[in-house]
Amino acid sequence: MKAVEKTAVLTSGTVPKESLEILQKYKGGKGALIPALQELQANFGYLPEPVLEEVAKHLNLPLSKVYGVATFYAQFHLSPRGLYVIRLCTGTACHVRGSGAIMQKIRSELGLKPGETTADGRFTLEPVACLGACGQAPVMMVNDDTHGRLTPEMALSVLESYK
Amino acid sequence: MSQVTLTIDGKEVTVEAGTTVLEAARKAAIDIPVLCYHPELRPEGACRICVVEIEGARNLPASCVTPVAPGMVVRTNTPAVREARRTNLELLLANHPQDCFTCERNNNCELQALARDLGIKKVEVKGVRRDLPLDKSGFSLVRDPNKCVLCGRCVRVCSEVQGVSVLDYADRGFEAMVYPPLKRPLDQVACVNCGQCATVCPVGAITERSDVDRVWEALADDKNHVVIQVAPAVRVSIGEELGMPPGSITTGKLVAALRRLGFHKVFDTDFTADLTIMEEGHELLERLENGGVLPMFTSCSPGWIKFIEHYHPDMLAHLSSCKSPQQMFGALAKTYYASKAGYSARDIFVVSIMPCTAKKFEAARPEMNSSGVADVDVVLTTRELGKMIREAGINFAALPEEAFDEPLGISTGAGVIFGASGGVAEAALRTIYEVVTGEELKELDFTAVRGLKGIKEAAVTLKGRTIRIAVTHGLKNADNLLKKIKAGEADYDFVEIMCCPGGCIGGGGQPIPVDREIREKRMSAIYAVDRGMELRKSHLNPAVQELYKTFLEKPLGSKSHELLHTHYQERSRV
Ligand code: SF4
Ligand code: SF4
Ligand code: SF4
Ligand code: FES
Repeated sequence: MKAVEKTAVLTSGTVPKESLEILQKYKGGKGALIPALQELQANFGYLPEPVLEEVAKHLNLPLSKVYGVATFYAQFHLSPRGLYVIRLCTGTACHVRGSGAIMQKIRSELGLKPGETTADGRFTLEPVACLGACGQAPVMMVNDDTHGRLTPEMALSVLESYK
Repeated sequence: MSQVTLTIDGKEVTVEAGTTVLEAARKAAIDIPVLCYHPELRPEGACRICVVEIEGARNLPASCVTPVAPGMVVRTNTPAVREARRTNLELLLANHPQDCFTCERNNNCELQALARDLGIKKVEVKGVRRDLPLDKSGFSLVRDPNKCVLCGRCVRVCSEVQGVSVLDYADRGFEAMVYPPLKRPLDQVACVNCGQCATVCPVGAITERSDVDRVWEALADDKNHVVIQVAPAVRVSIGEELGMPPGSITTGKLVAALRRLGFHKVFDTDFTADLTIMEEGHELLERLENGGVLPMFTSCSPGWIKFIEHYHPDMLAHLSSCKSPQQMFGALAKTYYASKAGYSARDIFVVSIMPCTAKKFEAARPEMNSSGVADVDVVLTTRELGKMIREAGINFAALPEEAFDEPLGISTGAGVIFGASGGVAEAALRTIYEVVTGEELKELDFTAVRGLKGIKEAAVTLKGRTIRIAVTHGLKNADNLLKKIKAGEADYDFVEIMCCPGGCIGGGGQPIPVDREIREKRMSAIYAVDRGMELRKSHLNPAVQELYKTFLEKPLGSKSHELLHTHYQERSRV
């Protein structure tokens, strides 16, 4: 998790008030953990560290467990997400058709490692195992739009259109 | 309990229902190889090294998580089983740094042993190695995630036995790893440094922070007067560390080895254990007489101290203000002994040999400098002392028996039993009884507080006042007891709490491996040492009497408060 930089705003011990309000609805115990994390993420767009600490306290669970669950499921994010989430398929079909080169291009052009968000908060790069559109490989989604049969250059101009 | 009969490798085996196939096989003298399984922890089925063939099962089930069933037919040694185990192990080995030569666990590593036992012939050299940073943040432990095989034993011991839960898996897939919460360094989370994770880790992924080199340096520097203290539990475990059977009593050889290593004076923490009884016993009597906070908790186990500071800070007033015997020793070595022997505090270098990793943290606490400098300079574990003895080429088993130096080496049987759970309570009773009644105590063995039971209780009536005592060990047990006390469901005057299962004999710095049977052997060795001592009551220790006469004046006096007592601090839970 490259959460460190991005969550700096919230790591200084300040717990957003809403998180406390949201947590009031949940009782202690493991069963409440995932729904609570989902609602908190829906509210903040991601799960800041102080919020995770609050979850542990409120649900009376070890912080290590809360952190473990938050990092295990792909649906949870520990750093803020960009306005546009680039989901580049790295599944076999896409890989064979050159998604690796596209990944390289995006990484160097945007200065991003997988999982990171650009400093201007515009793009988050997220490799995914398969988007289920192998016929159009290599495929990339930007938010809800699918773009297929890409080359590295085409991928860049697609991204250009979201700027 | 109903019985189940099954067939394992053609042999009929009858075991209790609910037993796992793995345990049933062990009863039939078949050792199925394991990696993530640990006899004292909940099985997890993570590594799949323990697979077997079971008739009717589609694939090869992991025997450590498969319960027996009537009529089950199990085969543990078929070509398919051997092949599957090897493949699973090869996958682990391909991602494992092959640093055996320089690894803390070289020659005492379950992964190495498996590679040998399963007949691994070649290891894929191009496996994907991760290059994760080592966590050297703490005073007690070092984590090397690159060596971690993700067995999860540390995760389970930390939560199931210690109730601390400061380790867990994080991330998924290839990135998955065991981390402290939020991937913080160990010294920034609520870890108590107990080292139980290090004792169950099958490999070299969690080890004590080694301070051996600092001791060699101190010994080589002529300016130092280097004195050493040895904790009670070490005399019944250093032999084991050096290849003797568990429970070997090697007090005299240990002293001889330490002299040969070059320590100028070889002293005994048992001396300050006796002193602790004088101070803590009087503190208890004072609390009883003057309506002080009760129950009073013992304070000699630094893992327990850090635990209560993090997790039950509202109960800190229950802790005895006595420093641990290790810290009392350091404070006296650099004041009382120093002036007797003509040294200043700065000339003296104090080394401790402890069964404990948390003692390293304790010695580094900023308040532990009553002599004006750090009272204890370096703490080594039993395992580290074993390393020094091997490095020096000392043939331990062939050493003669030698005696500790005076005066800080004089002790009683009450001091040595500090090494086993129940020992502090028993030692305190031996003294308090005689102090309060003025009569001689004839029956010295308080067996009710001995043994490995999680919570032990006793009550003694002294001059019409009944003193209720509880003894517990392992922090999960301690946590439960504290919650009961808070809820008003338990009522005691005196509670002995040790961080590690079995007390110090099961400490995080003790020889690996350890299990219940080994703990029992070390424990009975402790009581055998006690029985063999000429004196068995702390207040009869002549060196302690002399110390009070010429230096401290009286228990709980002003000098005692300055040198032997301490205070505690609230720490955050996360
Ligand atoms: S953990 Fe075991 S196998 Fe790994 S380097 Fe150390 S000794 Fe070798
Ligand atoms: S030292 Fe003890 S508290 Fe700390 S991680 Fe290990 S088992 Fe848990
Ligand atoms: S650190 Fe050791 S005990 Fe913990 S999961 Fe890794 S190999 Fe297992
Ligand atoms: S020992 Fe059974 S799965 Fe690891």
